[in-house]
Amino acid sequence: MFLKVALLVLKKDLAIEAKSREILYTTLFFAVSCLLIFSVAFVKEGVPAEDAASGILWIALAFSGTLALGRTFERERYGETLRALLMAPASRPAIYIGKLLGMVLLMLATEVVLLPMVAFLFRAPLFARPLMLAELLVLGTVGFASVGTLFAAMLVRTRTRDVLLPILLYPITVPVIIAGVRGTSALVQAPPDEAIATLWIGLLTGFDVVFVTLALWTFEPLMTE
Amino acid sequence: MARRMFTCLLSLALTVTASRVLAFQPAAQGDFVPFVGVPPDQQMPAAPLVICAYSFFLLLMMFYLWTVWRRIGKVETDMRALERRQAATGPGLGSNVR
Amino acid sequence: MKKAFVPLAIVTAVMFAYAPIAIARVQYESTMLLVQKIFYFHFATWMALTAAVTVCGVASAIYLFKGTPSADRYAVASAELVAIFGAFGMFSGSLWGRKAWGVWWQWDARLTMAFMLEMVFFGYLLVRKYGGPGAEKLAAAMGIFGAATAPFIYKSVDWWRTVHPQTTVMKTLGDKFPAAWNLVWFCTAAFLLLFVVVLVARVRLEELRAELDRLYLAAEE
Repeated sequence: MFLKVALLVLKKDLAIEAKSREILYTTLFFAVSCLLIFSVAFVKEGVPAEDAASGILWIALAFSGTLALGRTFERERYGETLRALLMAPASRPAIYIGKLLGMVLLMLATEVVLLPMVAFLFRAPLFARPLMLAELLVLGTVGFASVGTLFAAMLVRTRTRDVLLPILLYPITVPVIIAGVRGTSALVQAPPDEAIATLWIGLLTGFDVVFVTLALWTFEPLMTE
Repeated sequence: MARRMFTCLLSLALTVTASRVLAFQPAAQGDFVPFVGVPPDQQMPAAPLVICAYSFFLLLMMFYLWTVWRRIGKVETDMRALERRQAATGPGLGSNVR
Repeated sequence: MKKAFVPLAIVTAVMFAYAPIAIARVQYESTMLLVQKIFYFHFATWMALTAAVTVCGVASAIYLFKGTPSADRYAVASAELVAIFGAFGMFSGSLWGRKAWGVWWQWDARLTMAFMLEMVFFGYLLVRKYGGPGAEKLAAAMGIFGAATAPFIYKSVDWWRTVHPQTTVMKTLGDKFPAAWNLVWFCTAAFLLLFVVVLVARVRLEELRAELDRLYLAAEE
């Protein structure tokens, strides 16, 4: 029942998105324009700074993720669908998981485009250990999206939601970003440092579990007036 | 039921994380490690740093306590003004029964 | 409880009056000499900060799940104190680090996470101020998440090789340098008492504000 509700919410979001693809395209292009801006900062005389690639990847992800979160919930607010969802006889945590899955899929789609571009533009051997990189990215995305979905949902009724979301989100997700960047840097080295990457993957798992549990626990009282 | 499931999942995952992290521990660095090998012209005299630190604390604390004091004063002034207004308009005029 | 306030405040003031004297008198630590004396207040302020973070986290959780107004007052008061103690902690650490490590700031795990914790509680205060009606609940969520990440800060220095002294330093201090050990705990006690005293005063402000709101509402009827 729980899973059914979550998947229904996910299906709804995907169906809406499939029609216009507005959030997908705008998020993708925003992420790519982030890369452009970073190239101005990190490329000297045509050569990208060493080790800049992992940081750039995760920061572009964090920025475009925040934008996507804002846009997704703005759409919900505009259509007043969030209130309808909350009034439905469905368990609140299931609704949260549904929204979270949608957000994770969107961010993963962004990563699929970002990864080859970062590897290409910043000359980073990102695909040396693809499985571990995939683990890092998925765990990091889940960690970021779990806190982001909760905060974006709770801020939907606030007037200053656009500026408060980054202010609240970034300090909390700093551990996730640190783990992601350091793990990716370890994998980009020659030869890739698997031990350190495994350490960071382990820590990311811990963060994810803590954040998702806390979010599930607090979603209901936060959404109730 | 869901809550219990999540608690179990949380404990399990934290145990897994901890075991993975503990298995890989770089050589520990204990004790305070002073910065050695600084040329004499680069060294900073320590006394101003120490004095600065402690006086900053004093100033910060005094400032904060002053802001709390000021805010309490404001609230109390408002309360007194309200009470005076109540007394001035008299008790009978306050009620508004619909 | 109320009657204990003035005696506690006096005890705190006396402890803080005595502390600088004791700190000036204690022996120098062998490797870092004078600048190590910042440690007594630096450690104590981080202990007070941990207490404040815990109080904020617990109070936020109680407020979010039970709706008790007094829990909300304790949460906002301790969040402000987190900001204050944290600011001093980072400032004193920076001054000490300049002498001991040669740099004002280092991006190692513990310092980064401490900075992040500060930002979380600044975010808490910002949400309360600019979040509009119902912002107390949103801030409570921030408080809970902030308190949940605080243990990672403490443990982080044990998990990664860093410039920052490891937590084991405190355990060896008792054997090697008993005078410092006693002084550290004296300062910590002073800071914790200060935290309690200031917390009570700040909560009093919130209680007065709530009373004022109630009076305004009663006057409108």
